[in-house]
Amino acid sequence: MPTFAQPGQSDAVVSFASRYDNVIGGEYVAPTKGRYFENPSPVTGKTFCEVARSDADDVEKALDAAHAAAPAWGKTAPAERAVILNKIADRMEANLQVLAVAETWDNGKPVRESIAADIPLAIDHFRYFAGCLRAQEGSLSQIDEDTVAYHFHEPLGVVAQIIPWNFPILMAVWKLAPALAAGNAVILKPAEQTPASIMVWYDLVKDLLPPGVVNIVHGFGTEAGKPLASSNRIAKVAFTGETTTGRLIMQYASQNLIPVTLELGGKSPNIFFEDVLAEHDDYQDKALEGFTMFALNQGEVCTCPSRGLVQQSIFDDFLELAAIRTKAIRQGDPLDTETMIGAQASNDQLEKILSYLDIGKAEGARVVTGGERADLGGHLSGGYFVQPTIFQGTNNMRIFQEEIFGPVVSVTSFTDYDDAIKIANDTLYGLGAGVWSRDGNTAYRAGRDIQAGRVWTNCYHLYPAHAAFGGYKQSGIGRENHKMMLDHYQQTKNLLVSYSPKAMGFF
Amino acid sequence: MARAAVTPAAAELLVTLTANHGPLLLHQSGGCCDGSSPMCYPRGEFLVGDRDVLLGVLDAADGVPFYIGGQQYEYWAHTHLTIDVVPGRGGGFSLETPEGFRFLTRSRLFTDEESEALEAAGPPPRGAWSPEA
Repeated sequence: MPTFAQPGQSDAVVSFASRYDNVIGGEYVAPTKGRYFENPSPVTGKTFCEVARSDADDVEKALDAAHAAAPAWGKTAPAERAVILNKIADRMEANLQVLAVAETWDNGKPVRESIAADIPLAIDHFRYFAGCLRAQEGSLSQIDEDTVAYHFHEPLGVVAQIIPWNFPILMAVWKLAPALAAGNAVILKPAEQTPASIMVWYDLVKDLLPPGVVNIVHGFGTEAGKPLASSNRIAKVAFTGETTTGRLIMQYASQNLIPVTLELGGKSPNIFFEDVLAEHDDYQDKALEGFTMFALNQGEVCTCPSRGLVQQSIFDDFLELAAIRTKAIRQGDPLDTETMIGAQASNDQLEKILSYLDIGKAEGARVVTGGERADLGGHLSGGYFVQPTIFQGTNNMRIFQEEIFGPVVSVTSFTDYDDAIKIANDTLYGLGAGVWSRDGNTAYRAGRDIQAGRVWTNCYHLYPAHAAFGGYKQSGIGRENHKMMLDHYQQTKNLLVSYSPKAMGFF
Repeated sequence: MARAAVTPAAAELLVTLTANHGPLLLHQSGGCCDGSSPMCYPRGEFLVGDRDVLLGVLDAADGVPFYIGGQQYEYWAHTHLTIDVVPGRGGGFSLETPEGFRFLTRSRLFTDEESEALEAAGPPPRGAWSPEA
């Protein structure tokens, strides 16, 4: 496969507008104050479009549009909503490369990941929730011969969704698909680091959605996110991000007595028991790839396997093989389909990763490979690239305890099963984990003993719809990626009905 | 012996933000995306919990209290933190992002002498700081 042309060049598969407004009531609406912010591509560091810098007035307009649309949308037949979700999926599939290149240009991730993972998963997500919706049933309970309790699923109404920048389209779809299936109108606030690709998506599907069902308000968290999250006109807020903002969003929600779902990241252990090296075979190869998954999406994944726990008896041999695998990661132009690792999403993200490389070294961790910023030269020399890095250290170091959100794995050893579980659970977080063993009993027990919402067992970084995803401990509240999400976006209506003509006899 | 400090550039930005938004606080975040970065809010906007640790009151504007979650502190206690600022785009609801900047926490290990001094001084205060106290 070739290198895709940069957006803006004549042979590019996608071209961005020079300016993006908000989406309100099915129209593109300029921000009230007429202000815009510049949006650079992390691939080159150069601005390629400007985006609406909204504030509370724009949020109110979006709320007006959503409230106007929500009642009719919530009463559409499930079949009708499911058809729309399926049509959105079909439209995305027909434009897969357009969306994939847009995503790569906005975020910096290698296009082979956008083509093979981000966009296909997003497409499947709409189809999954179309299917879930068709299959969803209410229930009835026979209380006695003449009394029946009916349980209906009703939408919440208007919901707010605040989207992160690491998978701008996929994370938006993880939230949009269940919310729309459940019959809600949505106000989406994309991350200000990656506001453009979702507009390419919206432009492709806008004719399929009734006006006001999906509204998109751009801007900074403090100016647009806060009035949205603290509004008393939303029935729920869903947020993916970090812990302090998560606390602030819960605080706002408490003032309005509305539910939240939060996905707040982690520091996921990836545990390799000694039998992974017992044979030099496909399984060993897969396990080593599983280790190297820390570099997927430049490490900008909430479940990045950023703590490698390797059994003492194989530690040196495993680390040597892991380093070879890591050094083979091809870093380069994200638009080249051979590139395995692209650019970090923003300058401040780059700076934060570099600050962690500093503290890792200062704490005495050994740099096994990498450890520096990468200058790829040419048109990429302004890009935000970091070498894939392996540190060797101990679990009490800062690089083992905080999410770096870069292509950095911190490796330590464990003596036996109990030691592995103790180290794995010695963290504030509990989003993801990996367990690698040829012994199914060991793998099963480890999976149950690790305090995390998702334990990949003899695999890593798979995100299929129909496998629930979410955090234990400080990693969040609620689940995504599963039909149970419909419950997160619906409320239960109980009709308690008497079919008896007789009075109860109290009065 | 201070647990936290502020660079001149970050202090200058805190002065500007204080002029625009009133008294401020900083809270060290953790976790995903913009985690591991400090968040800057108008004081009173963010509810400081009884278990939040006051790392210090930064010498900027009229003093900017800098907190970290109590559990997170346990893992960070051996490091000195300096609030710096870099060009950046976005980060939660933090106040500086529309200005085109992002606060950044830089870290270094405490020296043995500093660790002894901190030990002698006892555990850091928890809960909300007030300028009158």
